[in-house]
Amino acid sequence: MADRNSDVGGIPMEEVVVEANEAIRERRRTRVPEKNWVRVWDHFRREWQIYAMLVPTIIWFLVFLYKPMYGLQIAFKDYSIFRGVAGSPWVGWEHFQTLFANDQFIRAVRNTITISFYNLLFGFPAPIILALMFNEVLHASYKRTAQTIVYLPHFISSVIIAGIVITAFSPTAGIINTILGWLGMDAVYFLTQPGWFRPIFVGTGIWQEAGFGSIVFLAAIAGVNPSLYESAVVDGANRWQMMWKITIPSILPTILIMLIIRIGNVMEVSFELVLLLYQPATYATADVVNTWVYRQGLQSGQYDLAAAAGLFNAVVAFVLVMAANTLSRRYSRTSLW
Amino acid sequence: MMNWNLYSRGDKVYAVIVSVLIGMFTAATLYPFIYIAAVSFSSGFAAQAGKVVLTPIDATLEAYGYIITDPQFWISYRNTFIYTIGGTIVSLAFIVPCAYALSRPQLKGRRFFNLFIAFTMWFNAGLIPFFLNMRDLGLLDSMFGIVIAFAINAFNIILLRNFFESIPQSFEEAARMDGANDFQVLWKVFIPLSKPAIATITLFCIVARWNGFFWAMVLLQSEDKIPLQVFLRHTIATLSDDDEFAMVQTAAGFSAETVTAAIIICSIIPVLIVYPFIQKYFEKGILLGGVKE
Repeated sequence: MADRNSDVGGIPMEEVVVEANEAIRERRRTRVPEKNWVRVWDHFRREWQIYAMLVPTIIWFLVFLYKPMYGLQIAFKDYSIFRGVAGSPWVGWEHFQTLFANDQFIRAVRNTITISFYNLLFGFPAPIILALMFNEVLHASYKRTAQTIVYLPHFISSVIIAGIVITAFSPTAGIINTILGWLGMDAVYFLTQPGWFRPIFVGTGIWQEAGFGSIVFLAAIAGVNPSLYESAVVDGANRWQMMWKITIPSILPTILIMLIIRIGNVMEVSFELVLLLYQPATYATADVVNTWVYRQGLQSGQYDLAAAAGLFNAVVAFVLVMAANTLSRRYSRTSLW
Repeated sequence: MMNWNLYSRGDKVYAVIVSVLIGMFTAATLYPFIYIAAVSFSSGFAAQAGKVVLTPIDATLEAYGYIITDPQFWISYRNTFIYTIGGTIVSLAFIVPCAYALSRPQLKGRRFFNLFIAFTMWFNAGLIPFFLNMRDLGLLDSMFGIVIAFAINAFNIILLRNFFESIPQSFEEAARMDGANDFQVLWKVFIPLSKPAIATITLFCIVARWNGFFWAMVLLQSEDKIPLQVFLRHTIATLSDDDEFAMVQTAAGFSAETVTAAIIICSIIPVLIVYPFIQKYFEKGILLGGVKE
């Protein structure tokens, strides 16, 4: 707004604006009440442009996100490609009964929750610890460089992440087994062993996301009132004590909200990375709901059964997210969206 | 925050220990990339024998030579650029006007539309209905399908709407006095004032498009349409089991490992080039959309 300060007929711009607003308000107050449809017609004629801006996106949501919700009814139908979503006959809860009698599906649900739990246990504290450590680093350009590097893996695709993991953990060529060799240990084919899948998966997640996740906590630390530290220095506190007595209590609300969000997303294991890292030998510990849905639905063509599994996952996730938002509102008056 | 000279002896030791720990974590973050780069420049024999640790062994460009002579590599590289640039433009064309409309107090049904959009962040029909819908729309194996079907993300709309709502009304009123309509207000007032927020969203779109894999793998069958990520996955999955490849490579001095590493490096380089430009935005950007009173 280059011409914000220009005058209109010798009157400062601000005053003109204020007067114009007064005039508009006056007109609205004194306008004769019209018939309802006239008012609506008038509104749309005056404001059609904002509706024109909104409509394409609304149509997009209807076509690409809400129409699939309508298609979810196949979870209760004997779906056939030729009859389509609407034409297939209803079967009630049959698919859900099949699901809960299916050991592989039950295993996938259990794996999803277990992997999420490990992600929470090890992956949640990592960015907090990292942020607290960054806060103690005094050398500004050292800190800057380190931050630049640790944020980077967040922007790397899961295919590349998986490619790196597969190469590094390879039985003959990988660096991990090379190191084991130096230590006089036998080579392990990590990615075929069910016992190793979760540590590798959770570790990869920390490597990829801990740095980027620390941004939120660093922002919270930056918001702590500096006078608290100043008076602590006067009282002779050292840095370690200040971290425990000032920094951590101050960022506790942020920690709590982030924890609630994480709990709300328990069903959301990054299944793309699971899909890229698991193999039949590790299904026992690695197969999650969405990878099971992918195999049953998109690979074996059992669309209705897979859709039922997806619906189950979505409903559980929805309930958890809603509960998380209610909790966060109660604790902080802050809604997550 | 404080002067180093005011630090007690204990605090100095503490600061040094923390700096060393940060250094170790940073090195651990960086190491896999260095390792992959070293593998990509090593000979196939050295890589297969697990001799590569930090620097290339028997340095060679054979792996890069192999991939740049594969036409499929260039086709998928080109496709990734098309999906990234085209997809980002389409995303912004939807998101920016929509966020503007939702930020207008005079929009009727504003609460409803906000909920209509936000609901998709909490509930999602899942893989199968989405796939069947794409099939019904005739968008299987279609580049246009990939561009359009992943154009919008509710989070980006809400992020930008929040930013638009924080712009003081006086800016808009001045433009209105000059007779500007909504399109002009958006174009001449809101967009110039929202550069950091729009840059953040553009960044999110670019990264999501560049990295997009799963749906490209599921929806695209033709090799001339697949993006780089699908090509990379395909290479990783097939090279090591391919006997014909194993015979060729022994003669040529590269291996499945070095070729995989070389493709990884080639697909990371554009990210590394853009990264410094985007870094200053995303730190602010992720805080913008997340938590709102």
